[in-house]
Amino acid sequence: MPRHRVVSLLISTLFFAFGAWVIVSGALGQTRDGRRSAADRAEGLAAWEQVYSVLTHPRCINCHTATNYPQQGDDRQRHFANVIRGPEGKGVPGLNCASCHQESNADSTGVPGGHNWHLAPLSMKWQDVNDNPLSSAAVCRAVTDRSKNGNLDGPGLLKHHEEEALVLWAWNPGRRPDGTMRTLPPLSHAEFVAATRRWVDAGTPCPPGR
Amino acid sequence: MAKYQLNINGQRKEVSVDPSTPLLWVLREDLKMTGTKYGCGVSACGACTVHVAGVATRSCMLPISLLGDRPVVTIEAMKDDPVGRVVQDAWVEQDVVQCGYCQSGQIMTAVALLKHTPRPTDTNIDESMGGNICRCATYVRIREAIKVASQKLK
Repeated sequence: MPRHRVVSLLISTLFFAFGAWVIVSGALGQTRDGRRSAADRAEGLAAWEQVYSVLTHPRCINCHTATNYPQQGDDRQRHFANVIRGPEGKGVPGLNCASCHQESNADSTGVPGGHNWHLAPLSMKWQDVNDNPLSSAAVCRAVTDRSKNGNLDGPGLLKHHEEEALVLWAWNPGRRPDGTMRTLPPLSHAEFVAATRRWVDAGTPCPPGR
Repeated sequence: MAKYQLNINGQRKEVSVDPSTPLLWVLREDLKMTGTKYGCGVSACGACTVHVAGVATRSCMLPISLLGDRPVVTIEAMKDDPVGRVVQDAWVEQDVVQCGYCQSGQIMTAVALLKHTPRPTDTNIDESMGGNICRCATYVRIREAIKVASQKLK
């Protein structure tokens, strides 16, 4: 075989081999990316369920009502003394949240308190009008809807869970009027933040369904 | 015991009390200002209402240690308050009071309402006064007196 044909055949073979390698490795990469993406989503959804378990604890959901009043206690009863939401979620003149709730817990009288005590807006309701908690999917959709959540993106949600005074209050809820401690959410604050971070890193996936 | 410098009805007062003492008892026991009443002790009835930095506040549940430097206004100052005076006159005109025990709290809440909402609707009145209980059930006359005061404040 002439020498130039051997060289030409060798170059062609190398070219096709390289092309095949590019195609195969790309396909394998896509498969790996797809698997990683699916794994990330699964891990994100698992992290969300942890976040959801905190959001639906009475220390959190009692002020995320769909009604004209807050709730109180672990049995999530209607707030006593005819307290109502008011136009800004802070009660009404003469009967404001601040009529009783101070900047910090008043353990000697059993009144919880924290900075800027108020109800979450109705756009952030996590219950229905019959006071039943919304599903995990529905709460996730609300929390991630920037038209409802104060225009918070994933990092914004993480920062909210890390730093917001009333979020932090849930892990320092003080004593009840009978002197016993109020119950805490099912995760520590550090675990809650870590779960939120995993969920945010996964792209804030939400479970399917209503 | 700890010392606290208070601003009560525009006057400086000093008291030496346990930090957990509710403002109500500082007013009644230490300062002998008995116009503010003890009703339920759990902020469910409104009889102990005073204004703290302009906010109607249940004094029975406010430990003195959490008051800070916020000024306190009580029923004793209402006779010199432009809205308070009108509300008290309306109370007399409408003969609101029966036993009278809850009325200082009712008036303090009504004044807070009218300072924020000078022309309250029935709904405004019901919502704002909803935390003030009257076992003599003078609610109808309270509502009328608030409307009369509102008219006079025009």
